[in-house]
Amino acid sequence: MLHIYILIPFLAALLIGLAAKKVDRIHTGWFVLPVPTVLFILFISKLPTLAEGKIVQSIANWIPSLDIQLSFYLDGLSMLFSLLITGIGTLVVLYSIFYLSKREQLVHFYVYLLLFMGSMLGVVLSDNVFVLYTFWEFTSISSFLLIGFWFYRERSTYGAQKSMLVTVFGGLSMLGALILLSITAETNSIREMIANRSDIIESDLFIPILILLLIGAFTKSAQFPFHSWLPDAMEAPTPVSAYLHSATMVKAGIYLVARFSLIFSGTDVFFIIVSGVGLITLCLGSILASRQTDLKGILAYSTISQLGMIMTMLGFGTGIATLAAIFHIFNHATFKGSLFMIAGIVDHETGTRDIRRLGGLYTFMPISATLAFFGAFSMAGFPLPIFNGFLSKEMFFDSSLKLEQTSGFAGTFAEWIPWLAVIGSIFTFVYSMYLVFGTFTGKAKLDQLEKKPHEAPIGMLISPIILIGFVVLIGLLPNLINESLLAPAVASVTGDFALTHLAFWHGFDNTPLHLSLIVVAVGTILALTLKRWQPIFNRVPGKFSTDRVYQSIVNGLLSFSSKFTKFYMTGSLRLYTSIILVFLVVSTSIFIYVTDGFKIAFDDLAPVTWPEVLVGFVMAVAAIATIWMTQRIAAIIVIGVVGYGLSLLFVFFRAPDLALTQLIVETITVALFLLCFAHLPKLKKSDKKSSEKLVDFVIAASTGALLTVVAISSHSSKYFDSISKYFVDNSYKLGGGDNIVNVILVDFRGLDTLFEIAVLGLAALGIYAMIKYRDKGDMNH
Amino acid sequence: MHSRSNDLILKTTTNIIVFVILAFSINMLFSGHNAPGGGFIGGLMGAGAFLLLYVSYGLQPVHRILPINFTYMIAVGLLIAILTGAGSFVLGVPFLSHSFGYFQLPLLGKTELATAMLFDLGVYLTVIGVTMTIILSIAEDKIEKEVGEGN
Repeated sequence: MLHIYILIPFLAALLIGLAAKKVDRIHTGWFVLPVPTVLFILFISKLPTLAEGKIVQSIANWIPSLDIQLSFYLDGLSMLFSLLITGIGTLVVLYSIFYLSKREQLVHFYVYLLLFMGSMLGVVLSDNVFVLYTFWEFTSISSFLLIGFWFYRERSTYGAQKSMLVTVFGGLSMLGALILLSITAETNSIREMIANRSDIIESDLFIPILILLLIGAFTKSAQFPFHSWLPDAMEAPTPVSAYLHSATMVKAGIYLVARFSLIFSGTDVFFIIVSGVGLITLCLGSILASRQTDLKGILAYSTISQLGMIMTMLGFGTGIATLAAIFHIFNHATFKGSLFMIAGIVDHETGTRDIRRLGGLYTFMPISATLAFFGAFSMAGFPLPIFNGFLSKEMFFDSSLKLEQTSGFAGTFAEWIPWLAVIGSIFTFVYSMYLVFGTFTGKAKLDQLEKKPHEAPIGMLISPIILIGFVVLIGLLPNLINESLLAPAVASVTGDFALTHLAFWHGFDNTPLHLSLIVVAVGTILALTLKRWQPIFNRVPGKFSTDRVYQSIVNGLLSFSSKFTKFYMTGSLRLYTSIILVFLVVSTSIFIYVTDGFKIAFDDLAPVTWPEVLVGFVMAVAAIATIWMTQRIAAIIVIGVVGYGLSLLFVFFRAPDLALTQLIVETITVALFLLCFAHLPKLKKSDKKSSEKLVDFVIAASTGALLTVVAISSHSSKYFDSISKYFVDNSYKLGGGDNIVNVILVDFRGLDTLFEIAVLGLAALGIYAMIKYRDKGDMNH
Repeated sequence: MHSRSNDLILKTTTNIIVFVILAFSINMLFSGHNAPGGGFIGGLMGAGAFLLLYVSYGLQPVHRILPINFTYMIAVGLLIAILTGAGSFVLGVPFLSHSFGYFQLPLLGKTELATAMLFDLGVYLTVIGVTMTIILSIAEDKIEKEVGEGN
């Protein structure tokens, strides 16, 4: 069953791509809308099964030899995410129908969106880690396509590229973690890994696995220091920002941490890294959000900060913290999705998202403004029971006060957490108020707007209304989804199925409420005096901007690689030859040294005769003399001495065929050299410095010495008898000839000869073509 | 073009020497199986004979008397070599399997005939073609250049 659920969006993407061009009168979105709706209903229908504590699963083979199966299962956590993906997917598609005009490339948009939806479902339903990774990268790619949807804008492509680099970096490091995990646990299934938990925790690879996996989760979920791609991803169309960058994709990292927390949770390292990074992200995100001027910029940093908060709670790993995290995943999706949609409406109806040019929109857009109030107050965690954000925030405070880590550093760290949580929440309150009051109250600056603002069409408002409806409904009746949705999700994260009663009111005498009141009080003061703080805001966080770090890494890599390439790819053949020779000398001599390969044996040597010595001496003198020749022709002729000497040596060594061939070939080569070199300019006197000459000399001498050593060694260590005896014995018997060389050439090893003459033929044709056609390409000729 | 002196001695000796070299080259080709020599050396030697003709008489006269396209000769040589190899398929044996036998031929008496000889002939023709193609391309190019510059 689950296979079909995941397949549906992909199939729909294919069909939309094929069919939508035919029908251009109806907005493509209407054809897409049924897909997430049907999926949502299908997932809802599984809720009773889950509430009984059962899970839904299905398995199909993919690569059985590697133990990679398409095994999907639906437990509480997957269900929560599946409902978010399909539910908010439905609302986003509905919203986008009214948001995107028919002039846009709608087919592209919806194909990408459906691909994303399908891959996201794949991520949250996979049990096999490699299938999970496959879908994980699919989400990165489809998100890249969606961010760069308006590909003709420079900022869009920049944002798309940045998010791609960061998330794929994380994805690859996650792949490393998954491979290590599957080796350590000897299984590819997440559930079996959880069963083998002790193996993983006790293995030496535990820390690398944890860190690599968390890098994957942190990059996807925009945690510090990988958060900087998310604000740049705001160049995407607003429905995409609402869907991917608030409700679904950025929660994939959260999902990953939650999914694997049964393995890692409870260890100090996990607690410190996840909670620590979460808290840093929470505080940094909320502080940075307060200095943004773009509506979507505020929301982006706010998303970062809220994700940090969820991450922190997952790091705590206690029952109440997990419940709070799960609850906040749901709450954040509702209010952040609606806020993004409202930001989109404001942008759509006024033509700008710059909060400095907005203001006083309440009178023009009362419905949007009301929705924004609810969303923002819920985000701020305002202590009223109609905001679901308040409930999860208070549970956050509560869980941070009830940490039981007492050992060493983790214990010290745990004591600080409530204070950091309060700081983060204060700034959350500040930017929420700034967002909503800055946009909708105050004096309207109509002259700065491109068009006269008015209320959005009803179709655009449906989705945020539904989401805000959830905000209020869950705020009033938190237990509505507790038993059916949250409890199974918590059960699949913590492992025990325990129902906790959610209540928004614990009486006056409890610390979380006091903390909330502090947040509201300090937050109000800060929000009212924001104008005075802003210069400080603008100065301080700039120093820590990871944006700059990212940019300098990218620029640094580019300039480093270009410098590095220019350093050795100079275009100078002399340098390349030197590199090749030095590499040859170094690697071969190391090899000889390591294997102790040098041998010298005197027992198998032929007697040396005087003619041989004489010829050899002449050849050596001629070879050395070549270097000092100042004219090309002289150099060629001196080289010729070496060639003729060689053919003489062949005569001494009783190789008449070789001697003959060498004689003629040498003559022809010398003649050809003379022919060609007559046209070349005169040899210039070498202007090389003496140091360069010395380097050349050392390289040349060492290469020569090395080859001599190799030749001596190989002659001294013959492990097998030569096969030449066979040729001597059988040349006449099998080949019908007495000339063994010739019989070998044309009979025993005729194939070599065949291709050698083919090489000769090609060379001749090459020369012919080069000479005859060399001017043909020249248009001036 | 620079004026060519009347190379009477050169031309006369060439007339004799060319046949000697050609005969030697063919001898090399045929005797290669049992004595030093073979297609490669024979081919180079044959090319030497042609070259001597070209050197003594110039490009145009030789080309008139011997209208050989040496580029085709490469193709013919390669084709002979490959077909010799492929011929072994007819008898169902691997590529380039040679065989030989002794036959009573008119004029020559008892002679050894080997399929390897045919292969060597392919080598011979290819080598002549290659050598001549290379040298003639360069030489013709030089003359065309000089003619072109003269205009």
